[in-house]
Amino acid sequence: MKTLKTAKCGETVVVQKLDGEGALRRRIMDMGITKGTSIYVRKVAPLGDPVEITVRGYELSIRKGDAENILVE
Amino acid sequence: MSIKIALAGNPNCGKTTMFNDLTGSNQFVGNWPGVTVEKKEGRLKGHKDVTITDLPGIYSLSPYTLEEVVTRNYLVGEHPDVILDLVDGSNIERNLYLTTQLTEMGIPVVIALNMMDVVRKNGDRIDVQKLSAALGCPVVETAAVKGEGSMKAAQTALQLAQSGRRTEPQHTFCDRVEQALTEIEEAASGKIPAENRRWYAVKLFERDEKVLAQIALSPVESMQIEKAIAACEQEMDDDSESIITNERYNYIAKLVKNCVHKKHSGLSTSDKIDQIVTNRWLALPIFAVVMFFVYYISVTTIGDIVTGFTNDTLFGEWISPAVENFLVSINTADWLVGLVVEGIVGGVGAVLGFVPQMLVLFLLLCILEDCGYMARIAFIMDRIFRRFGLSGKSFIPMLIGSGCGVPGIMASRTIEQDRDRKMTIMTTTFIPCGAKMPIVALIAGALFGGAWWVAPSAYFIGVAAVIISGIILKKTKMFAGDPAPFVMELPAYHLPTVVNVLRGTWERGWSFIKKAGTVILLASIFVWFTSSFGFVDGSFGMVEDMDASILAAIGSAIAPVFAPLGFGNWQSTVATVLGLVAKEEVVGVFGTLYAVAGDALELVEAGDFGALGNIAQHFTALSAYSFLVFNLLCAPCFAAIGAIKREMNNAKWTWFAIGYQTIFAYTVSLMIYQFGLLFSGHGFGLGTGVAVVFLICYVWLLFRKGYKEDGHLKAVVPAAVKAQ
Repeated sequence: MKTLKTAKCGETVVVQKLDGEGALRRRIMDMGITKGTSIYVRKVAPLGDPVEITVRGYELSIRKGDAENILVE
Repeated sequence: MSIKIALAGNPNCGKTTMFNDLTGSNQFVGNWPGVTVEKKEGRLKGHKDVTITDLPGIYSLSPYTLEEVVTRNYLVGEHPDVILDLVDGSNIERNLYLTTQLTEMGIPVVIALNMMDVVRKNGDRIDVQKLSAALGCPVVETAAVKGEGSMKAAQTALQLAQSGRRTEPQHTFCDRVEQALTEIEEAASGKIPAENRRWYAVKLFERDEKVLAQIALSPVESMQIEKAIAACEQEMDDDSESIITNERYNYIAKLVKNCVHKKHSGLSTSDKIDQIVTNRWLALPIFAVVMFFVYYISVTTIGDIVTGFTNDTLFGEWISPAVENFLVSINTADWLVGLVVEGIVGGVGAVLGFVPQMLVLFLLLCILEDCGYMARIAFIMDRIFRRFGLSGKSFIPMLIGSGCGVPGIMASRTIEQDRDRKMTIMTTTFIPCGAKMPIVALIAGALFGGAWWVAPSAYFIGVAAVIISGIILKKTKMFAGDPAPFVMELPAYHLPTVVNVLRGTWERGWSFIKKAGTVILLASIFVWFTSSFGFVDGSFGMVEDMDASILAAIGSAIAPVFAPLGFGNWQSTVATVLGLVAKEEVVGVFGTLYAVAGDALELVEAGDFGALGNIAQHFTALSAYSFLVFNLLCAPCFAAIGAIKREMNNAKWTWFAIGYQTIFAYTVSLMIYQFGLLFSGHGFGLGTGVAVVFLICYVWLLFRKGYKEDGHLKAVVPAAVKAQ
């Protein structure tokens, strides 16, 4: 399945499932990335990581390593 | 009747501005008990009996971050009379997520719907009445930046607190979850307080470690609760923590759809700025220009001028002579004049001399932070720094540290993650600061004939020390633990407010003066005493030459420790110890101890190395380089140690940082000296063997498998175990 890590810039994706556990998973969800949320991938940092996304109307940066836990469609 | 108002809200929602607005200058800054999280309290303007506590900016009330736990403990344990919840109206969805948690705590809640100026400017509309009815608490529109509505929000909070009405949570979750919560409330009814029953029920449902540890459930109760949770989890095919988070956001999404009418427009101004500032190709050049200006203003130009003025003119020409004249005129004993003028005024003055420069730097940092660029720095630099266990924001402390370590360490304040911040504090002073440059110049000039590579090699060693330390420390138990996710909000750009910037600047400067002052005062007195007193002809008293001082005696006693590093003479030891007062002292002390004609520091600055021949005679090129490396890497000057103490806010961590730096410096210098001897044909001795052992240790520390895997499991296991 596709993850947020593999999503391209300018793409809008919808969260299907969250992997990972404990603090990491909770933190991602606390920031508003929950099942069914749509995420717009804005840009990638100049050095290739992290990525900037728009979620629930605000800007969030997330490392590709963490974005791998977010399964999208 | 005294009333306690707790000010809560997300980061970047304008909480600091609101707090300043409500309290004016009646503020006390401290720390929450036992942690490095800052605690601010103040009195409401015009109300002597109303205390406002500024809670840390948080997104949620999870048990995983220090700030969130501090807030929870305060709200549950201290029972403020009312919570004033700041909600950023321009980012309402995520902001209300915290609100749904706050309203469960059984404390009256008033919502200050902030940034309404931005909302209106965007052409959006928020139906405040509907929102208020849906959340079950009063909602006041505010624009803290413009001073609109803050007082009204505070008044509303006061009225609510005095009426004694608690806020009952109005939001509901889906039927299945509500059923499980009711079952939990029944099962634990005897153990949880009635006024925040809902809060405890939700936390028990989430299997919150902190709450489980707090309420001692009987095995029967635990089993009933676990059964209720497990049944719900199975039906909804998710874990309980995620179910709750999902339900909260689902509820908010519906609410926002009802109450908020967004005008769909194109890109906002902030978006347009961001398109350029963090553009794939322009981001790094823009970053370099911004950093250049920060460095140029705070270190090279204005910073240097104000530091020069305070050190040379204010303390050197005005205060010291004035104090000396005064003391002499009232016939004070010589030793007391010495203590006050050289020891206290000289020592503390050397440190306070940094304050104006720090204020300039903090002013710039506050502007960067307030306008939203600081978060972008972390975004841009994260990739490089996270490899060494540091944060993207560590770049600024390191850059500033190349000018002066004191403001460098203080600049680490902008790093949120506790671990990244501690690591940055520990490694920043490895970068050679301005005061270490005379030592480099002395060694390069007097022993290497002014070779071009000595100064760059000092920087290279500094950077290497940061990287090596980062990798080694990252793998230790104290820095491993739970993996810290880098999920960071990039707040919208906005113009910084003058009050916020000035207040932030002053607070940081003042906290340095207060906390650092004590360490530096004591250390200065100690060094002055040991270097000016000693035994001459069997009697104790003040000595003319440092040779006869207590410090020289101590130096001789310690000197053998440095023999394996190539500089086991007492002069080097004394110079190193006095370097703790200020690093450039090392050069001056060498001048005195080796009887150089004239002021050694000035000779170095003038590039007149011929006159420093006396110093060169006591070193070989190798031992001098080893001495240089040791002085570059070992414990920094007292001012920087004071800054470390201030930022760590913990004696154990301060000692650990200084100890680590000194041990690191010792072992690295030893390896340089011993391997240097070996390769210059001096054969394999005991020292070489020790160096080989150290080298193997470092290689092992660098390449061993980190503590990470265990730490990851640790975060999950206790919850599951306790639930059984």
